[in-house]
Amino acid sequence: MFELFGISATMLALFAGFGLLIGVLFGFFGMGGSFLVTPALLVMGYPSRVAVGSGLAFVFGTSVIATLKHRDLGQVDYKLGVSMIIGTTVGLEVGKEIVLHLEELGLAGNIISITYVLLLGGIGLFVTYEALKGGSGDGGVSHDVEEDAEINADDIPEIAKKIQSYSIPPMITLRGGIQVSLWMVLLVAFATGLLSGFLGVGGGFIRMPALFYLIGVPVPIAVGTDLFEIMFSGGIGSFLYAQSGGVDLSIVAPLLAGSALGARVGSAATSIVNEEEIKIYFGLMLLLGALAVAVRQAGNYLGMGVLDYVSLALILGSALMVASAVIYSALKSIRAPGSAGVTAD
Amino acid sequence: MFGIETLTGSSQAAALVGVVLVEAMVLYVGYGALESAVGSTVLKLLGGD
Repeated sequence: MFELFGISATMLALFAGFGLLIGVLFGFFGMGGSFLVTPALLVMGYPSRVAVGSGLAFVFGTSVIATLKHRDLGQVDYKLGVSMIIGTTVGLEVGKEIVLHLEELGLAGNIISITYVLLLGGIGLFVTYEALKGGSGDGGVSHDVEEDAEINADDIPEIAKKIQSYSIPPMITLRGGIQVSLWMVLLVAFATGLLSGFLGVGGGFIRMPALFYLIGVPVPIAVGTDLFEIMFSGGIGSFLYAQSGGVDLSIVAPLLAGSALGARVGSAATSIVNEEEIKIYFGLMLLLGALAVAVRQAGNYLGMGVLDYVSLALILGSALMVASAVIYSALKSIRAPGSAGVTAD
Repeated sequence: MFGIETLTGSSQAAALVGVVLVEAMVLYVGYGALESAVGSTVLKLLGGD
């Protein structure tokens, strides 16, 4: 069989295609796609270290591209970003150590999978609930957020007001005039870094809401700073895993090539498709992702190898379903009579 | 791949991260150029114009 970089052409095409799907999802929702990579690699039989390390390297590459796109929008608080990086680095290192320790005990696959099921399932339920309710919950983050604006005190969540009230020095002033203890920022960063290192995800789907709900950072700045931070946490995480042979370029390179193209398609679609129409599919995809990991675990427990394939089909099928829904809605809008046309991105 | 396997430990890790960084930048520039070159044509074709 034809091989390139020591990997079969079929696998290269599979990874590039999967990357394309993830890219469409990331470009459209601004979150979510990357944390399908690690469970997919686990299902495909890669060791936990390679699945998590390669997942982090993919997140790193994707966030570099996203940050390049957002660098001109002025939505990055560098002071907050650097503080977050410090806390995240410590969290990542601890998360990685936990994975390596669990791997030695032979428990890594099980525990990572269970955490994934709970996390994906929880977020999936939340997003689906919000979509069915017709609310504008934070199930996804638009790339086309408004330019930086002074935050209104009424817009700050209650928990963030409480956290901002803890005057443990040193205090730092963030964009939007927010004053918060550096220790609180470091604590949030540590927690998200820990999860990032443990699960091999960028942590953005947790960090962005955490910056808004816990620190009170305005959403546009939370998005920009989060992307900036993911770039570093993804880079540091990949470096740490690469040191122990956890990053496989033959996986990351085709995934990234596909996702960079998909992200352009997805972000172009944001200007013509109503996100609320699609959000329910996104929630369902996360739920199916959780189910896929649960099916795989059940397969391992029962010794039924066929469930691995069911699990992989669920992951690929759900990503394909949502990406297709996005593309179909975009095409329908383009072809609609009186369509004003589209500016790509 | 790319001779990285001849390096050891941290050097190999740094090289791997560097390759991903370079690939991301090349893809950003490359796909950006492609989008500028054929984006509007593709949209016209999709729109059935």
